[in-house]
Amino acid sequence: MRRSSRMRLVRGTLFYLMLAVILLVTILPFLWMLSSSFKGQEAIRTIPIRWIPERPTLEGYERVFNMQGFSFARASLNSLLLAVGCTVAEVASSAMAAFVFAKLPFKGSGKLFGVYLATMMIPNTVTMVPNYIILRSLGLLDTYTGLILPFLGKAFSVFLMRQSMLGVNDAYLESAFLDGASLYRVFWKIMLPMVTPTLATLTLISFMGSWNSYLWPLIVLTSTDKQTLQVVMGNMKGMYKNNEHVLMAGAVLTILPILAVYLATQRYVDQGISLGGLK
Amino acid sequence: MYLPDKAGRRRATAVFLLPSLVGIIGFCILPIMGSLFFSLMDYDLLRPMESMTFVGLKNFARVLTGREFRGVLAHTFTYLGLYLPLIMAASVGEALILNKSFRGHGLFRTVCYTPVITSWVAAAVVWQWVLSGKYGLLNQLLAAVGIQGPAWLSSATWAMPGIVLASVWKDTGYYALMVLAALKSIDPGYYEAADLDGASGARKFFSITLPLISPTLFLLIVINIIYGLQVFDSVLIMTDGGPGGATTVFLERIYKYAFVQYKMGMASVYACILFVVLLVFTAVQFWMQKRWVNYDA
Repeated sequence: MRRSSRMRLVRGTLFYLMLAVILLVTILPFLWMLSSSFKGQEAIRTIPIRWIPERPTLEGYERVFNMQGFSFARASLNSLLLAVGCTVAEVASSAMAAFVFAKLPFKGSGKLFGVYLATMMIPNTVTMVPNYIILRSLGLLDTYTGLILPFLGKAFSVFLMRQSMLGVNDAYLESAFLDGASLYRVFWKIMLPMVTPTLATLTLISFMGSWNSYLWPLIVLTSTDKQTLQVVMGNMKGMYKNNEHVLMAGAVLTILPILAVYLATQRYVDQGISLGGLK
Repeated sequence: MYLPDKAGRRRATAVFLLPSLVGIIGFCILPIMGSLFFSLMDYDLLRPMESMTFVGLKNFARVLTGREFRGVLAHTFTYLGLYLPLIMAASVGEALILNKSFRGHGLFRTVCYTPVITSWVAAAVVWQWVLSGKYGLLNQLLAAVGIQGPAWLSSATWAMPGIVLASVWKDTGYYALMVLAALKSIDPGYYEAADLDGASGARKFFSITLPLISPTLFLLIVINIIYGLQVFDSVLIMTDGGPGGATTVFLERIYKYAFVQYKMGMASVYACILFVVLLVFTAVQFWMQKRWVNYDA
């Protein structure tokens, strides 16, 4: 018995050791960012590391908000607008298409859905250059409409919504028809409320993805006053060489909003991960 | 399903499908054909469309025989070679911990997931400072145990390992949750039987856990290869393909050719090659998911 209890002690210690290592590795870069963001120009370069700044200062944050040529506040607002726009476009268009594939089959709809599934094999990164040329020929470069348009066609979202809608019993929809409701009304008043968990998950995955996206806004938007938070953050990197406290303040301000969204909606986001989204 | 009026149904079907069809055809199917088309053309973005000329496979020949492409392949393989073992070990380790119950479990899970929801731009900016040569966090920690760290991102040898470290930090939480789902699906009966036979913890891990989660692990490796081939945000922010072209990768090339040098033909060649490679791995992924992953949850 004594041997086995010692074994348990060793294993418990090992477990907590591993836990501590993972926790530390995950959290240290964030603490490092936070600590640096409250330091001044000289204080960030100290050996050894001072985790608590000797003279805490908001200089980094002030300089983020008083940037030459860029407005951080404006960029945050742009990001929010665009993330909402992209999310609404993706979720609405996908839910509508999914309703057809799940409940309104027509001749050839199965084949069309097969084409949708096949397009899941085409990554955005490969279609980026032609998409840019398409937007240019439509005169939609440097516009939010142009940036949002590709989000209308997201096969994976259609696939997820269809799976969820297939689980809704036809009887609910049919009884509404018998009461004289139109297809649009049935979609809006009966179908959507019955798939709210999937709808919520998809909305969050899409929102977080758009908020964090970098490459697409970087190439589509060229005016500085239209740029998103991520693009401005990327530009700051070149502007504030050796001013890491300013960069870290910018990073803190970029991460905080999305962290708040995540903490408030964790349940749905976790559901989204298990479905293979958000990456 | 019973439906009252035929014409109304046809109209509604068209209305419901239209936005999605515009997106799928206009920004997915048409562009993938466009990539193929532009790869056969000499097209300078700054000049009018009419100046575009057909050059056949010349762009492909230039890319495939050039030194640059070999560099891109080598860097991509280096990235994957370092990233894959690290991410698999880290996410299995984290998942094993998440699979136990302990005080602060929820908080631990949230902390682990925070890097995943952080944007790559912010993460890369932070990691550039973490990996900074003299005053960076990592090298100061290494110095504390007597190791003199390299000047990570400004060294041709250590830049890619630096990017890999940042990527593993950022992605572990995501894949750990996928491994965790696999761990949870293991029938506890196996462990009870093993306990009766007096099996040790290590024995149980290698003889029960690992074989039973191996389908998920294979799937994760394939998914990681797919995303690894498309590594971009981290590279562009942390090294911009440098130093001296030591971290050039597929997407970085596509971006530079298309939007810095305006050579759409060359950019499209890289896009087409990437597409073919991704297609193979995606086909494997779909085949695996069909067999092992249940979407009906």
